[in-house]
Amino acid sequence: MATPTFPKKPAAPLNATPVAYAPKDLEVKSYLPEIFRGVGVSMRHFFENTREMLRGKRPDPVLDRYDDGITTISYPEQKRPYPERFRGIHRLTTRTDGSVRCVACLCCSTACPAQCIFIEAGEYPEGDKRRGYERYPVKFVIDELRCIFCGYCVEACPCDAIRMDTGMHAVPYDSRDQFIYDRDLLLSFEGRDGSYETRNPRHEPGEKTHPGIDREHHH
Amino acid sequence: MTPLTLIADVVKILIMVMFVLNLAAILTWADRRQSSMIQDRIGPNRAVVKIFGKEFRLAGLLHPAADGLKFFTKEDFMPPKADKLLFTLAPMMAMAMVFTLVAVIPFGDTLCPHAFHWNGWRFWEGPAVQRWGTCAADPGKGYYPIDLVVAPLGVGILYVFAMAGQGIIGAAIAGWASDNKFSLMGALRAASQMVSYEVTLGMSLIGAMMIYGTVRLDDMVRWQDEHTWGIFVQPLAFFLFFAAAVAENKRIPFDLPEAESELVSGYFTEYAGMKFGMFYFAEYAEVVTGSMLLVTIFLGGWSLPFFHRDGLLIQFGNATVVQALVPHFWMIVLNVLAFFGKVLVVCWLQVVVRWTLPRFRYDQLMRLGWKILLPASLANILVTGVVWLALDKAGLAASDGLKLAADLTQALVAVAITVGVLRLLIGFFGPVKHQRDVVGSSAQIAAKRGGTKAEPMQA
Repeated sequence: MATPTFPKKPAAPLNATPVAYAPKDLEVKSYLPEIFRGVGVSMRHFFENTREMLRGKRPDPVLDRYDDGITTISYPEQKRPYPERFRGIHRLTTRTDGSVRCVACLCCSTACPAQCIFIEAGEYPEGDKRRGYERYPVKFVIDELRCIFCGYCVEACPCDAIRMDTGMHAVPYDSRDQFIYDRDLLLSFEGRDGSYETRNPRHEPGEKTHPGIDREHHH
Repeated sequence: MTPLTLIADVVKILIMVMFVLNLAAILTWADRRQSSMIQDRIGPNRAVVKIFGKEFRLAGLLHPAADGLKFFTKEDFMPPKADKLLFTLAPMMAMAMVFTLVAVIPFGDTLCPHAFHWNGWRFWEGPAVQRWGTCAADPGKGYYPIDLVVAPLGVGILYVFAMAGQGIIGAAIAGWASDNKFSLMGALRAASQMVSYEVTLGMSLIGAMMIYGTVRLDDMVRWQDEHTWGIFVQPLAFFLFFAAAVAENKRIPFDLPEAESELVSGYFTEYAGMKFGMFYFAEYAEVVTGSMLLVTIFLGGWSLPFFHRDGLLIQFGNATVVQALVPHFWMIVLNVLAFFGKVLVVCWLQVVVRWTLPRFRYDQLMRLGWKILLPASLANILVTGVVWLALDKAGLAASDGLKLAADLTQALVAVAITVGVLRLLIGFFGPVKHQRDVVGSSAQIAAKRGGTKAEPMQA
């Protein structure tokens, strides 16, 4: 009985790029030339890297990071600087007189999606020229474990009082309460430019640049 | 046996065993640091020793020491159903075979105490000895010629094969005794692989034995010293032996018995502490002994090109270019240094090969061993025999031509070594160029600081 023949289906169009295999000619099959080539590559890297290592002229791991040599960063001793806009641990900025710049408006704690900021607002004492004009934080606490480092608090702050420009990353501690950063700790961090203030000027009541608006005197 | 020869024996044993032990330890370091240099990494450099408050890292050389300490302090674990006797015996066997093997490897020419200047303390100023023949014993003065080999055995290389063959037993017993499937698989692989490559290992040397006309390793070196290095008369056998020796050492690309991606770590999966350390150490010691054999049989052993027993003699055919006698003491020092230097270079080469090649598949391994290497070694024997007979019949003109060719190969080796060393030196002090790309604020901050600073300098 003759075996029935079926019309052959045309091959489906190939939805991929075919891989070009190395031709299996004698050179490839005999291993040796490729082995010598491979050993040559290894040796070139070995000699080059050993030479740079011995002479202490390794490529800089940040500046020469696309170089062929050893561009490993030995972490605790060497650090890659964080980029300019890196959001690190928060800090509270200060005024020129060193007092806290925050006016306890609760914008940041309201904006915080992780609800990690707690602020207890306080009035300035009677007779202070800021009384009735603004308040100050008696307590300003950030739970750095809850913080998701989204930066909304910085965006929300109308006074440029909270910033994330310390260039520090979250530190490992061994207990949770150590992650609760209070006002004084947050005030003690400096920005990457080494200052406790910000470059945005602050207009205090009584100064010439002050628009003269407060709770009693408004437009 | 006089006190002098007894002391000489002890010293020889100490030299060989200490060399193998220390080089094996240094090879674990070399394996790590060299691989890191090949792969553009820094490699382990953190082991630290504090002396008077100063930290010394010694480029990571302390890691083997830290490893050793760790091995000794770890729990000596044994699987509950393991065969207690065999489990304990296996690492000892693996280790012992390697160290018995070095007994017949000569690391220098026969030392003649007569030729030293024994009057006064400047004993190195003695005369050169004769190039041919050995110095006779002088029992009256207590002088006996000292072979710089632990045991100058007449069976030489046969003893090496016998001992290298025992290496299987340690691996096989370890796998069998540890009551673990992976271990057993590893042991089976090790056994079949080592049996297969043992054949090639032996066969590849038969051509060399035919040419050298001896199985004594020191006589083999003397032949090479007189004529030319074995790699020039047996080039194919050199590669066959190298491949087979790497396979015997169970190192990449032939490390299937301990293939960590398939078998955890093969036949020593269940071993911990110093028992594991002994396997680990035996592997590196095997690298050293394999290199020693390779150097002895194919790379001229202790001999250097144009240097003979009596000194330097640069000769092409019958035309002598330079002849200079060298005091015997300095010749011996040169010989010993040459031997150990060559061993270091071959060990280095083995590590490079290890970090270059990928692992074979098991069927590829067997095919390579039985279908390629073994027939090639048999063909090598045949061709060697035919050529040897033909040259033997060809008469005086051919032997003169061979003498000239041998001298040319010696010149080639001398030039190659000189050029290589010079090239290394020139390359070392050449300018270092780096590709600088300051892209992104991170790199710009680093550039402003003058580069990424490392406070304690890296080793």
